[in-house]
Amino acid sequence: MIGVPLLIWTLIPVYHLFLFSISTKDSATSGHLWPVHPTLQNFEFVLWQKHFYLNYFWIQMWNSLFIAVMVGFLTLFISTFAAFAISRLKVRGGRTVLNLALFTYFIPAAFLAVPMYKTMGQYGLLDNQWALILAMITIASPYSIWVLKQASDKLPLELDEAARMDGATPMQLFRLVYLPLMVPSLVAVGTYSLLLAWNEYLYAFLLLSKENSFTVGVALGNFLSADDSPWELLMTTGLIYALPPAAIYYTFKRYMVSGLTAGAVKS
Amino acid sequence: MNSSTSTAIGNTQKPVSRTSTTTQWEFWGRVMVVPYLLIFFIFVVYPVGYGLWLARHPDSYERLFEDPIFYRTLANTLFFLVVGINIKMVIALVLSGFFVQKRWWISILSMIFILPWALPSIPTILSVRFMLNPEWGVINTKIFQLTGADGPNWLNDPFLALCLAITMHIWKSLPFWTLILVAARLSIPLEQYEAASVDGATNWQKFKFITWPSMKTIYLTSTILSMIWTLGDFNSVYLLTGGGPADMTHVLATLGIRYLRLDQVDLAMASIVVALPFVLPLVFFMMKRLSK
Repeated sequence: MIGVPLLIWTLIPVYHLFLFSISTKDSATSGHLWPVHPTLQNFEFVLWQKHFYLNYFWIQMWNSLFIAVMVGFLTLFISTFAAFAISRLKVRGGRTVLNLALFTYFIPAAFLAVPMYKTMGQYGLLDNQWALILAMITIASPYSIWVLKQASDKLPLELDEAARMDGATPMQLFRLVYLPLMVPSLVAVGTYSLLLAWNEYLYAFLLLSKENSFTVGVALGNFLSADDSPWELLMTTGLIYALPPAAIYYTFKRYMVSGLTAGAVKS
Repeated sequence: MNSSTSTAIGNTQKPVSRTSTTTQWEFWGRVMVVPYLLIFFIFVVYPVGYGLWLARHPDSYERLFEDPIFYRTLANTLFFLVVGINIKMVIALVLSGFFVQKRWWISILSMIFILPWALPSIPTILSVRFMLNPEWGVINTKIFQLTGADGPNWLNDPFLALCLAITMHIWKSLPFWTLILVAARLSIPLEQYEAASVDGATNWQKFKFITWPSMKTIYLTSTILSMIWTLGDFNSVYLLTGGGPADMTHVLATLGIRYLRLDQVDLAMASIVVALPFVLPLVFFMMKRLSK
């Protein structure tokens, strides 16, 4: 049967994360598949910031949240406007804008990171959370524009014509007709950008360098720099950090799967 | 605003009032693409241009080619893309046939299966890294308890470590590509399979004559897209092996960042420029495919 191995394969890293989080350090490093004395002590240490690695835990959670929400919101704003202009208003040069976006979509993320880092330095944004927010918008918006453009092409043109006949302005068409019809795709794209920003590691660790401006991801990476870090606390923090994206994903799953697979690769 | 367009369009429609609406629509259209264009020029065009300018000296390339790590990195990257991605896509193709079935437990399983894609890389990859720790990782401790022998030193063998990084990459991105291929399978009309069943076709024949012909384009596109993106996959290698042991498991994504952190940004850009002759044709192929 294909199901059981698949389940094990998928869950092993997650289970190991969980196992560490309910084990004492000695128990976690002695090969038990279930701790002899399960404990919630690690969670207490993390949530009450009782270790110097965790001094900024809640600030970092807030940073991750702030950055993710800003990226989700602004990406949605930028890409909905662009998709509407290209697909419904048929702005001249729209095709070109779409191609520019597609081109960006195909730049490998780590390749863009090098010049992006240098440029953010020139813009004076290094160490500023807006550097990360803007970088993540740059990465998230091409795909968002693409998905939204595909979705809005499917809306009947008669709607726009009727609105035009009635003398609606473009903004009225946008607010009263377009946005309500696009809700499922907007949810998909917003969630996608939010998760992308929350989960990002490379750009976050390049662009942020102060402990109190870190995202949780960067803070986790910093545990590694010491030889004898409290691994069980690292894993517990990691588990807590992984919960919100899982929850968000399952909440919006209905929208995400259809919305995102539809745009990813055109058949 | 250029009057020529508005009159040109205005001529085909009713006069005055229509002309002003067209202009108004064109005006708003332009305003609404401005935010994205600003992002594009400030955070894509300028950085890329500046990066290429930084990599303009032949001297940078000479130093890059003198770095023994560079050749190892090229070989690793090629292995990662050619072997890793193809294995992943074949598995995704097989799994898509499994997940396309409509049974209640398969839809539950598919919800769990998607988890790696939604979770952040850093906790899950570090979790695997700790499992593989030769002294106290759960795998080697279990091997010792069961056999009394020491387990392999997983991440200390360059080839094994690279294969494990590829495994990590597959773990993370397999769900996404499986979903894409499931969507492709769902668009094949069911009648074709029913007709084939009536004619007594075997499963293999159904795959060969119905499934594959209608999926091969999307399969190829997905493979190429996955290759392009995998070039930018920093996490799978960096978080699992850190490029080690002895910088033997770097791929281009991690090598560029390594040079960047050593303050050799011209080398970082040179290592990226070297990859462009390989990447750009793939990118243009994808753009032609998608913007039809």
